[in-house]
Order: sequence, then C-alpha cells, then structure tokens
Amino acid sequence: MSLELDSPRTVEVSQRGLTARQAIADRVFRIGLVAATLTFVILIAGLFAELVHGSWESLVAFGPKFLWSSEWNPVTNHFGALPFIYGTVVSSAIAILVAGVVGIAAAVFLAEFAPPAVARPISFFIELLAAVPSVVFGLWGLFVLAPFLGSTVDPFIQRYLGFLPMFSGGIYGIGLLTAGLLLALMIVPTVAAIARDLIQAVPNELREASISLGATRWETVVHVVLPSARAGIVGACVLALGRALGETIAATMVIGNRPAISASLFAPSYTLSSVIANEFTEATSSLYLSALLELGLILFVISFIVNGCARILMWSMLRSQGRRP
Amino acid sequence: MILAADGGTAGIQAGAEVKVRVRDLNVYYGTNHAIRDASLDIEQSQVTALIGPSGCGKSTFVRAINRMHDLTPSARVSGSVEIDGVDVYSRRVDPIVMRRRVAMVFQRPNPFPMSIFDNVAYGLRVNGERDRVRIAGLVEDSLRRAVLWDEVKDRMSDSGITLSGGQQQRLCIARVLALRPEVILMDEPASALDPIATVKIEELIAELRRDYTVVIVTHSMAQAGRVSDRTAFFLDGSIVEVGTTTQIFTRPKDRRTEDYITGRFG
Ligand SMILES: Nc1ncnc2c1ncn2[C@@H]1O[C@H](COP(=O)(O)OP(=O)(O)O)[C@@H](O)[C@H]1O
Ligand SMILES: [Mg+2]
Repeated sequence: MSLELDSPRTVEVSQRGLTARQAIADRVFRIGLVAATLTFVILIAGLFAELVHGSWESLVAFGPKFLWSSEWNPVTNHFGALPFIYGTVVSSAIAILVAGVVGIAAAVFLAEFAPPAVARPISFFIELLAAVPSVVFGLWGLFVLAPFLGSTVDPFIQRYLGFLPMFSGGIYGIGLLTAGLLLALMIVPTVAAIARDLIQAVPNELREASISLGATRWETVVHVVLPSARAGIVGACVLALGRALGETIAATMVIGNRPAISASLFAPSYTLSSVIANEFTEATSSLYLSALLELGLILFVISFIVNGCARILMWSMLRSQGRRP
Repeated sequence: MILAADGGTAGIQAGAEVKVRVRDLNVYYGTNHAIRDASLDIEQSQVTALIGPSGCGKSTFVRAINRMHDLTPSARVSGSVEIDGVDVYSRRVDPIVMRRRVAMVFQRPNPFPMSIFDNVAYGLRVNGERDRVRIAGLVEDSLRRAVLWDEVKDRMSDSGITLSGGQQQRLCIARVLALRPEVILMDEPASALDPIATVKIEELIAELRRDYTVVIVTHSMAQAGRVSDRTAFFLDGSIVEVGTTTQIFTRPKDRRTEDYITGRFG
C-alpha cells in the first residue's frame, strides 16, 4: 500500500477502527440475512404442518385411497381427489406445453430477429399482458374464448382428429382444453419475458464464433444460443407452471367445475384450487372441510415435486455444460 | 499433420501468391469512419501481422475479410475483398459458404458450452457433414494440429468451458482447423492469455503457416516480430505501411511507423 509508506500509524489506526465497525456491521448483516432466509423455511414448514394438521381427519378417514378415489359426495361424506388432480395436472400440462412453445418462439424472435422498432412495442405488450388481473382473463375466457373455441376451433379439431379419444365427445366451449389455453395465455408472458432476457444475456462472442464457422443465424440460435440459455429457460417454464397449477379464479370460470374424469379434452373438469375456492364456504361437516384442506396439501406437494424435478433437471444441464450450478 | 517446427518466421516471400486482395476498403459504424481506403495484399502461406495503436481499426479490418460486419446493423462496408480473385462482397458469394474457407479466432477464447468433441465437430456438422467416422477423424486430427490432443484425449466429453484459458484458445483454433480453411484470421488471439499459453499459441501459429494463410492482429510488436512474415501498420483507420516484418521493424519508411515501432507513441 502506498499510503502506508507515507504515514503508517494513521493508516493502521483508521484501519483498525474501520475493521471493528465493519465487523459489527458485517455480523448484523449476516444475522439479518440468516433470519430472512430462516423466515422462508419456517413459513413453508409451518404451512405444510398446518395443512397436514387441518387435513388430518380426512387423512385418517380415507388414507391413501383419497388419491385415487373419484367420488366427491358431501352428502354421504365420501371424498376422493382424483378428478381434481386430473383436472389440475392436465390443464396445467396443456398450458405449459402451449406457453412453452409460443413463449420461447416469441423470445427468440424478439431477442434475435426483430428490429428494435418491432421488438420494443411487442415486449411492452407482453409485459402488459402479465399485469392483467386473473379475473379479467377469466371473464374474457368465459365470454370470448370459450364461445369461440366451442363454435369454431373445437368442431374443426374434432372433424379431423375426432377419432382420438382426447378430441371426442360433446363440445361445450368450457372444459379442460379451454382452461388449459386460457392458462397458457396467462403464463406465456412469464416464459417469453424471462426467456428473452436470458437469450439476450448469451454472450455475443458465442454467436460470432458460430457464424464465423459457417453456421446460419438459425443454426446459431438452435445449436448455440438456446442450449446456452437452456437451464434458465427451464426455470422460467417452472415458474410459469407453478402459476398455472395454482391459478384459481380464471380456471374456475372456464373449466366447467364438474368433478369427472373424461378422456376428452373438450369435457368439463375441475381443478384442486377451484374446488377449494368454490366449496370452502359451504363445507358443513368437519370431514368435508378436512378433505378440502387435503386437496390443498396435494396441490402443495405437486408444486413441491414439480419444483424439485426442475431443480434436478437444471443442475444436470448446467453440469453437462461444465458450469457450476 | 506433421508437427516439425521449422523455427524461422521471417523470410520466404519471393514470388508468393496473393491470397486475399483488399482494395479501397471503407468501413463505417454509423457516422464513424473506422477504415479509410485501406488496400492490402495478403500473401498465401504467410503470416501477416496487423499492428497499430488500440482503436485504429485492426479488428474492423479483419472482420471485413470474412464479412462479420454483416451481423452489426450499424456497420457499412464498401470496397472489395477478393479471395483467390473472387470478391466476397459480390452477390454471387454466399457468406455462409465463404466463412468456411476464411475462419476466425477471436480475442477472448469463446468455446461453446458443449463437449470438447462437439466444439470441434460443430463447424463440420453445420456444414452438413454427417459421417460419424469422418467427423471423429477430423476432430482428432484438428486437436492434434492445435497441439491439444494429448491434454484432452481422455476427457473429450467434458465441456469446453472446463479447460484453462490457453487450452480453450487452442480448442477454438482446433474448431477452426476442422473446417480445413484456407485463411485463418486471428484477432489478438493471445492477449487474454498468460505468457506460457501465449508461447504455445505462437508456436502453433508458426506451424499453421505451413498450410494456411494467417492474418494476425496483435498489439504486441514483439509478438508480430516473432510470428509474422509480413507486417502492416495501421493508424487511424488507414494502412500507413506494409512490408516484410524485418523491413518494418528495422528500416521503416514512414516516420509514423518508426515512431510507433520505437515506442514514441501509442
Ligand atoms: N461495433 C461497433 N460499433 C461502433 N463502433 C465501433 C464498433 N467496433 C469498433 N468501433 C469503432 O471503430 C474504431 C476501430 O475499432 P477497432 O477495429 O475495434 O480497433 P482495434 O481493433 O484496432 O483496437 C474505433 O473507433 C471503435 O470505437
Ligand atoms: Mg481490436
């Protein structure tokens, strides 16, 4: 240090003073961080414990059978979760498939191909879409999307693909497919916006290297840019999937709310979150209430599993690229 | 191929053929006139060094040779760059095909986040090579030429980014060699590397001279002296002087070249 040469004592004293104060600040800061982190852990553990506690009566009464029983009868006090699990999983799967493909395509277009004059307004529109309240999506889904799908798109699909069980049966407009597509619309901004940022963050040197080896823009995107951003994009999809799994009001408004399992995507269905929201206030018996809470517990566990799997997937992807997760 | 070093770097230039002929090249970034009427003959199987102070347009010049400016919306190029007599900017030339013959090594090592093998195979695959046996053969051969084979042969499926900086740069050179290019453009290929890795890259360039036409941008005059046969001195977007490296370093004709060589500016 050059300062030390000039006046070693002053520097030493001030350094010691600073160090002591810094040490305290450092400790306070660290305790604060640990406390904040622990709060999350405690919150989640507490939430889980509370759900288990609340659903205990149902857990005891029905055991694991609750998971694969299709009966939902408050009158006879027989409850099973399967139709709701099915509705939640299938509608969310449709949502993430559609939103993943459309969102990533939009992100590639915005980040790699669109001139700024085009990309900027579209990006703004996408971010706007993310800010629309669920209930507005629900209204639009009920009054615009469902009638449109029911009168035009669904019959069209059925005419050509009706031999597939998933496109057979009656068409009502509302149902699993409509819910899935509405959810897709709601989560596509998340996928598109995050994926766009991740693609833009891929170092330009990699694009240049690829181009200089005789690759086209497309080959560069497909073989270099997207793989580089892959782990993050999976993360974005999981975030979006989490929202689809838990989305309540919009799904409730267009899925038909019928606890039945049908092979057809046109048929009405029901989701875990919808049935909880719809029936919570009218749960008269304690077993009924407990069964509803157990549905919440199942939703919690599904989200947990999805996130865990995604984490593992992302780790293995980063590792295969030689990066530290 | 054969790795026998032949030591000498200067010399051999009598009757050399011109591989790349640059005429009246001008490059603009928006209104910034980065290259002004630059003309240069780059001779076959020689190492041509481009030297000059930072910002004088050396990178801009080499990137014009394989049309990398196509990627920069603000960049505009005029003039001609003929390779074997064909202007790469003419409408008959597909830049995608041309870049396979005129390869590029960048300042910062930039391996793809994929396996070492896939890094080297990348250029072959995007250029339509499907034969696995041929690809494997070319990958090994390229890694040997880049003097990296012995260090990576047991870890070909490891990611390219797990290598050290110097190894990464040799991987990038191997990646380029796999395409069997005719011209190799290097933009300060050793400036991000430590001295030992730099020596390895310089030795490699001396080897490459046997089979390729090499253009190397360098900010180090010592490096230009060690590796190149000919040297072009750039200043403010213009080529001030071109000649054999020995001549430029010992008997510069232009005052400004002399000032730069003797360290009086830049
Ligand atoms: N992508 C770019 N956009 C705008 N200006 C650029 C760009 N790249 C380089 N320039 C400008 O062009 C001039 C030459 O730069 P460059 O070729 O990188 O010089 P060198 O490689 O000799 O250091 C500089 O004035 C630099 O600011
Ligand atoms: Mg440069």
